[in-house]
Amino acid sequence: MKVKLKVWRQKDTRSAGEFRLYETPDLNVNMSFLEMLDVVNEQLTLKGEEPIAFDHDCREGICGTCSLVINGKPHGPHRGVATCQTYMRSFQDGDIIIVEPWRARPFPVVKDLVVTRQALDKIMQAGGYISVRTGAAPDANSIPISKENADLAMDAAACIGCGACVAACKNASAMLFTAAKVSQLGLLPQGQPERYRRVKRMVEAMDEAGFGACTVTGSCEAVCPKNISLDFIARLNRDYLVASLKGGAKHG
Amino acid sequence: MISLWRMLNSTVGKKYLMALSGAGLFLFASGHMIGNLQLFLGPEALNRYAHFLQSLGEILWVIRLGLLGLIVLHIGSALMLTLENKAARPADYSHGKPPFAASLASRTMLGGGVLVALFVVYHLLHYTVCLKAVNFTGIDFAHLTDPETGHHDVYAMVLYGFSVWYVSLFYIVSVGFLCLHLSHGASAMFQSLGLRSHAWWPVISKGAMIWSVILFLGYSVVPGSVLLGYGRSYLENLEKIQSAASTPAEVTSKEAH
Repeated sequence: MKVKLKVWRQKDTRSAGEFRLYETPDLNVNMSFLEMLDVVNEQLTLKGEEPIAFDHDCREGICGTCSLVINGKPHGPHRGVATCQTYMRSFQDGDIIIVEPWRARPFPVVKDLVVTRQALDKIMQAGGYISVRTGAAPDANSIPISKENADLAMDAAACIGCGACVAACKNASAMLFTAAKVSQLGLLPQGQPERYRRVKRMVEAMDEAGFGACTVTGSCEAVCPKNISLDFIARLNRDYLVASLKGGAKHG
Repeated sequence: MISLWRMLNSTVGKKYLMALSGAGLFLFASGHMIGNLQLFLGPEALNRYAHFLQSLGEILWVIRLGLLGLIVLHIGSALMLTLENKAARPADYSHGKPPFAASLASRTMLGGGVLVALFVVYHLLHYTVCLKAVNFTGIDFAHLTDPETGHHDVYAMVLYGFSVWYVSLFYIVSVGFLCLHLSHGASAMFQSLGLRSHAWWPVISKGAMIWSVILFLGYSVVPGSVLLGYGRSYLENLEKIQSAASTPAEVTSKEAH
């Protein structure tokens, strides 16, 4: 199969970008989307042109490095799958595929399809941790956790921080990411001491980075490669309300 | 206090304001719809209800100012959030598709909300202020009196008002926009306040849509049935009484009609 790519090319953060059209050579239908880009880049390199820059690392759906808005949907056409596990068999021969970077003010384009997602790290630094003494690993099951909470915390912890939620949201809101991180720790006993301080600080960091607000459109949930649920945003909203009503310097 | 101020300045805090003010307006919209349906209980019932509301005096003004406060809060926080949301995506996508999986209602909360706000202004001028120029009948709604009680004849006002087909159509289209707005807003407010669990979400989101459809039907049945001829005999009877009395003012108003 062959496809045509309409790809966003941008030299660096300050330059203006533009779309350029590329025709792929004959492709194996079982190539991943990223492998297809590798093939295109090989061709570009041989021709002496600048290859298309795109983010990738593990290529097995667990690192959260790959991105790309493919035909209007972050991570391509499938549900619960990252770009690296999207395969060319999901497209038709002769398709024109539009490939764009994540678009959000807090995610400036570094080059072509690569954006910096440091704003998400800033949110994590503001409260996405627990403070404990390190040392030998504690005995298993020394802290009882209900199965229900353990499962929910695990669901939230599945977030790989790729930023597709921000890319999909009409407001470029990072609520799903922040909510997953807040919930993952807030559901477990180890996360309790800093629970309310955490949610306040993480929401503050999120606002400071310039992400938008949540309009409950559900786009984030629908494109999340890890199927993180909107339930966690409700949990964040609830925790933030409690945190604000508690007030005081202790929780500030 | 500082904590509260900081909360209300955050995106999450502004969504609390949106949700709380929206909840108040949603309850008002529901109560208003139920009150309207008294049209079908006949002139006595509707005019008694209208007279009850109009004779509340100071309490009526407390309610009106309260509603105005909710509207200001709702629109104010919406505008602030919209500015922040637009700033969060300075360069838009070129794929030209709407955001993936976002419903029409959720994407048009601002535009639809503005249309509803304009409709509310017209509606107030039409039936509350009784501005003669906007009702397109040539009749002064403020001076319609119930021949039996001498109170404001709201029943006749509604029948005259909705006998103009384009006014009725405008009302039906506008409450359509209102109900589209509420089909999303009525469930999103539970989400924004965190007042929902996984199990309750389908109930809340489907319930919001069902109630919006009920609201739409309850609101549009009033102009719709007047257009289809409901209450025509009442107006004919009223005009007979008036022509018998035949004061000059009423003659001119009928000619204009």
